Amino acid sequence: MISDAIDNEQVEILLNDVLESHGYDFLEYSHASIKRRIIRLYGLDNFVSFAEFRYAVKTDKQYFKRFLEEITVNVTEMFRDPSFYKSLRNDVLPVLGTYPFIRIWVAGCSTGEEAYSLAIVLKELNLLNKSLIYATDINPSVLDKAKKGMFPLNYLKQYSENYLQSGGLKDFSTYYTANYSLAKFDESLNSKMIFSTHNLVSDHSFNEFQLILCRNVLIYFDKDLQHKVFNLFDGSIEKLGYLALGSKESLEFWPKAKEYKRVKMEKIWRKL
Amino acid sequence: MAETVDSTSCGALIIGGSAGSLDVLLEIFPALRNDIGFPIVLVIHRKASNESLLTDLLKSRTTLEVSEAEEKEFLSPGKVFIAPADYHMLIEDDQSISLDYSEKVNYSRPSIDVTFQSAAEVFGEKLVCILLSGSNADGVEGLKSVNNFGGKVVIQNPNTAIMPYMPQQAVQNVKPHVILDSHNMADYINKLND
Repeated sequence: MISDAIDNEQVEILLNDVLESHGYDFLEYSHASIKRRIIRLYGLDNFVSFAEFRYAVKTDKQYFKRFLEEITVNVTEMFRDPSFYKSLRNDVLPVLGTYPFIRIWVAGCSTGEEAYSLAIVLKELNLLNKSLIYATDINPSVLDKAKKGMFPLNYLKQYSENYLQSGGLKDFSTYYTANYSLAKFDESLNSKMIFSTHNLVSDHSFNEFQLILCRNVLIYFDKDLQHKVFNLFDGSIEKLGYLALGSKESLEFWPKAKEYKRVKMEKIWRKL
Repeated sequence: MAETVDSTSCGALIIGGSAGSLDVLLEIFPALRNDIGFPIVLVIHRKASNESLLTDLLKSRTTLEVSEAEEKEFLSPGKVFIAPADYHMLIEDDQSISLDYSEKVNYSRPSIDVTFQSAAEVFGEKLVCILLSGSNADGVEGLKSVNNFGGKVVIQNPNTAIMPYMPQQAVQNVKPHVILDSHNMADYINKLND
């Protein structure tokens, strides 16, 4: 990857085009990360000039679809950070289990691995039938994948280890059937999921939840945007509901953080 | 210690390493002066699970402040920032840290290339990057960027590396400012201060 193929000014031109022509606002994304994604895509697709790249992004709808897919980071895994899922299983979901109905929002769900992990824990706690998981992402094509619930089989060994470490009770393979190179997850899991596009930058709150999971999404946003998104979450979490972030993310510098109480050592906060 | 250090003051030092680099770090850190005038960033390949092991080990060997890098934290002189396991670490123009959970690069996350490349542009000729022992080719592309932006490329002498492949790849593909034996590194770093 040629790291200086596109300069800062060109990044800004491109992102302004994207906002103007397609309505997606990436201007408050962390600059170094988004720049790296743009240069990576420019290299992957063998563009020879910035002008050509800019023209394709601006005018070619089909190409913009690819741009959106590649510029956002869609890497995720099942039961990532097993201790986090252990805490959900032992500390958070049993509390929510006392409610008649559980609404959960997985914001920035990408291809759905976290939503399925959550559904598995809910199922083992006998809570899945009264739960509804709203899984949203900015990117429609990852949602299509998420709906299918099929994940590459070669990752399953790792997922299974994560699952057991997180306190999983079963043989992980009971949740999927291997189908060539893919593991197809049990349909009882996604029967309780609603998939929809949602842009954390520009879209509003659409419901009230008892738990919002948004892990490794905010690291791509600058501080101001992070705070806007925290406000959006704040307006979408019921009193005594929970907010869960990624292992390197924090509410710490957000002005309303004192209205939330950290759950043990995990990146989970409860609204007071 | 045959090398002279240029007058351009050091804005940041980034050390990248993989297999066999821990020994070198444990040799360097106790010998560093305690008034280092620039931030030191470490990008070391390791398993995703041993989160704080490296941080704790290095803490016990130096009086400098050592911590795992936090998202959006600013680099500051005299402190040691360790790229967290399983995240790429990038440096923003304002010298704050961005973390990134995108695809592995050279089978690695954190990738040394990613941090070298993003810092190369930010610090220009005030950047010093050291590549240590390792058994894959991560870091080579990053060092090329460091060269392009006028920073200094320092490579561990492959003959003194437990795993010589990584520094060898670098020596073959990038023009180094200097090649150093592991026991001369601390001295070199201390002199970057002057």
